[in-house]
Amino acid sequence: MIEVLSTLPLNTVQDLGRFGSRHYGVSTSGVMDPVAFVVGNVLLGNPDNAAGIEVQTFPFAVRFLADTNFSVTGADTAATLDERALPSWWSATARRGQTLTLRPPGSGARAYLTLAGGIDVPVILGSRSTHLRSEFGGFCGRSLEQGDVLRTLDSETELTPWKSGGLGVIPPAFTLPSRNTRTNDQVLRVRVLRAGEYDLFSEDMQEKFWTTDWKITHQSDRGGYRLSGHALKLAAPVEMRSYGLVAGIIQVPPSGEPIIQLSDANTAGGYPKIATVIEADLWRLGQARLGSFIRFEEVTYEAAVEAMTPVAAYITRIRRTTDLYRSL
Amino acid sequence: MASAMIDSIRPSRTTVTAERPALSEPKLSSIGTRALLLEAPGAFELRQQKRIWSVADEVVTWADVEEAVLGVTNLMVVFSKPPRDLEATKAALLDAWHRLPEKAVSGRVIEIPVIYGGELGSDLPAVSAFSGLPAEEIIAIHCAGEYTVCAIGSSPGFGYLHGLDPRIFMPRKTVPSLRMLKGTVTIGGMQAGISVSTGPNGWNAIGWAATPMFDLAKTPPALLAPGDQIRFLVERIEP
Repeated sequence: MIEVLSTLPLNTVQDLGRFGSRHYGVSTSGVMDPVAFVVGNVLLGNPDNAAGIEVQTFPFAVRFLADTNFSVTGADTAATLDERALPSWWSATARRGQTLTLRPPGSGARAYLTLAGGIDVPVILGSRSTHLRSEFGGFCGRSLEQGDVLRTLDSETELTPWKSGGLGVIPPAFTLPSRNTRTNDQVLRVRVLRAGEYDLFSEDMQEKFWTTDWKITHQSDRGGYRLSGHALKLAAPVEMRSYGLVAGIIQVPPSGEPIIQLSDANTAGGYPKIATVIEADLWRLGQARLGSFIRFEEVTYEAAVEAMTPVAAYITRIRRTTDLYRSL
Repeated sequence: MASAMIDSIRPSRTTVTAERPALSEPKLSSIGTRALLLEAPGAFELRQQKRIWSVADEVVTWADVEEAVLGVTNLMVVFSKPPRDLEATKAALLDAWHRLPEKAVSGRVIEIPVIYGGELGSDLPAVSAFSGLPAEEIIAIHCAGEYTVCAIGSSPGFGYLHGLDPRIFMPRKTVPSLRMLKGTVTIGGMQAGISVSTGPNGWNAIGWAATPMFDLAKTPPALLAPGDQIRFLVERIEP
């Protein structure tokens, strides 16, 4: 059980997402960085989908109202438990009365606070994720506020505290490098597959799509990232009928500045789609900061499928190590 | 593979039109590794939507299909894992499109009382000006229509409706209303709608309906379902 001591808007309870309700028009919600989120749960021995807190505005502080194992993963937030500094990507035991503070990250955009057992909020349409726009799911359908008290699902069971200071893992940014090792620039490479309307863009526009360093503008949020850098105009106007969306789809509205639809995107839309970010790179996008730059790299379907293998292997390794450490 | 938009591109001198496949062929395209989009050829016609419904009913029975998401004369099939043989999966979808008959509709008739005009239907004068018809006639035409729910999407409970009379088609606004009320009865291009959440909206407001379109206390939570028939009733007209 924890109490929120200080928070800014837009920090919410999330799980992996509300899948299977898109045909009611209900968007998936869910964490923006599923890798960090799942690792946080794995460290605690939780189911991968146990609900946690996605923190994207800082500082964020909670007080533990009971002895609890917890993890902090994702963005590097210089977390402290009372006075003790915690490494990033770390799981530890908090004693009742201790305060955990997450500070504005030096790198990354979103941190995940997961608690042993997972956060106990009602399951709505199969998920505990907050659907902010429709004001349901998560904690009372809203962002967390000072004074909120969140319970965990196994608060009745006995705590098995970490034997030493806890357990940490190497962040995926080190073990799963993005493919820009040959360059020194700060532009995040994001792998994409072409989408349905790619061929409607002229060769010049296609070239611009691949070569532009796209800035993630400040009109970006969990719903989608609005990019700036070039106007991708179509030779002939296209009016499409509304079709289903998934996270990662890159649409080009009439202004020509692309939008990458993400966790809180509507379930359907009608803008031409030029490409889709591959699943294996969505977590990187979830950690990309406003004002930073990304560049798109084309991959084949086979390469896009294969790209999930190292991500899955990374999580499997952590699962194995954690189980081993726990059994010692 | 079909690579050009069907009839949604205005005739032009670009090379795009030259690539149009035969009109009977749907367009099939990938959305990432776990979704395929099947788009019916031709105009926004109910018979095409009925074929899309049939394909949706079938694909949800396939192994590895996580969700079939209906759109307007299109269907996004979401897989639980990337299809091992993408080309075979595409072929199976195309086969389903060609093989299956139009779905027999057995939808309910849902009547929705509307307060037309006034503050909550503030674009009625603009629709009137665009169509050249008096407001009373816009309302009469809107009420006389029989609308079919093609799909639920975009926002919780929002129904994409077929059946708007072409005389009252009205292009979407270039500058959206910043705070359109939930329940606003709208016209967006060739589509009629009822907004389900309060917020920015580019469609034209002609009235307001109190009928709740989405209620989590109910199963299913969406009032409308594909195939349902909608009739709008005049509750009253405000100046």
